[in-house]
Amino acid sequence: MSDEHNAYDAIMSADDDERHWAFGTGFDDPLSGVDRSIPSHVESADLVAYCLMLADDALVLAQRLAEWCSHAPELEEDVALANIALDLLGQSRLLLSRAGEVEGAGRDEDALAYLRDEHEFRNVRLVEIDCGPGPGGDFATTIARLLVFATWRLALMSQLAASVDPVLAAIAAKGVKELAYHRDHAAQWTLRLAGGTDYSRERMIAGLARVWPLVPELFDSHEIEERLPGVAVDPATVRAEVDEVLDTVFTAAGLDRPEVGRLAAVAGRTGRDGVHTEELGYVLAELQHVARALPGATW
Amino acid sequence: MTQPPRSVWPLYEVFVRGKRGLNHVHVGSLHAPDDEMALRNARDLYTRRNEGVSIWVVPASAITASSPDEKDPFFSPSGDKVYRHPTFYSIPEDVPHL
Repeated sequence: MSDEHNAYDAIMSADDDERHWAFGTGFDDPLSGVDRSIPSHVESADLVAYCLMLADDALVLAQRLAEWCSHAPELEEDVALANIALDLLGQSRLLLSRAGEVEGAGRDEDALAYLRDEHEFRNVRLVEIDCGPGPGGDFATTIARLLVFATWRLALMSQLAASVDPVLAAIAAKGVKELAYHRDHAAQWTLRLAGGTDYSRERMIAGLARVWPLVPELFDSHEIEERLPGVAVDPATVRAEVDEVLDTVFTAAGLDRPEVGRLAAVAGRTGRDGVHTEELGYVLAELQHVARALPGATW
Repeated sequence: MTQPPRSVWPLYEVFVRGKRGLNHVHVGSLHAPDDEMALRNARDLYTRRNEGVSIWVVPASAITASSPDEKDPFFSPSGDKVYRHPTFYSIPEDVPHL
């Protein structure tokens, strides 16, 4: 997993395009030429924590989406969800690598993904809950979460692309294009499920109701973000944009915005503080058990 | 809860133009609920390795194809008419790009 740059080198060489025609050509490294030094006024620990927040959102949702592999309603959708998961995994890898680099304690992306415990994960709780294919949801619930998540993260990343940390800015600029597609994919399905049969509409409404209690948490400003002005994006500032996009989709789909109260914080703490629902434990068990059972294994 | 009966999505044929290609080339087929989703499914299935810059999708039902039974009357008659290739001209030295 840490040979990313070598892998790019192997397929990027411009002079042997013909040999690789079947795989496409012209791959770019999103961080090529980016200054990796830490901005001078920034507290390293805060920047590490912020990178982990954004990385864990993507990592945990990638794992949840990967659960659909071979379970999606159609083969084509199976690949679509896997592609989205891989985009998010890619964002997560860049952010985890940045966190490890800024921390300077020798932890790489693998150590951060596989060897942290539940309370050290800083993802929002929306991404960890089972929205299907497990008993906690279904395809419509997964689409409902993806719609909210992609809309929110796209708004965040669009602002983050102007961060004074050049690495975060470059990662965000790459993510914007991916997330625009994720949002479109989820919106397309929301329209079709809501406008399909009575049954599909009922499932779409139920799916939105399932994820909605976890939506307000997305817009809570966290002290880490507040301590990183110019570097981090305050999520409270994207609320209006996210509301507008979601309302547009809901109007087109003939859906009402769900009226469900928010899932309470635990003593004022939520996912961003490492306080999670019990569902994260199951996700991490599946994500981490091979790496922990066979430390340092390669294949 | 009873599931409604499953229906099969219609089949689409997919054509992709590569970065350096001039024309769209048939790359395969897929199922999709409608035209817009067919385009998106094609993006996910056939351009995920950076192969393309443009996609066409066409409902398979909209394609009229020649049949293998017609192979001889359709294609054999042109098999012996080598004079239809423009190889019987001498090309002047100063004509480029031929």
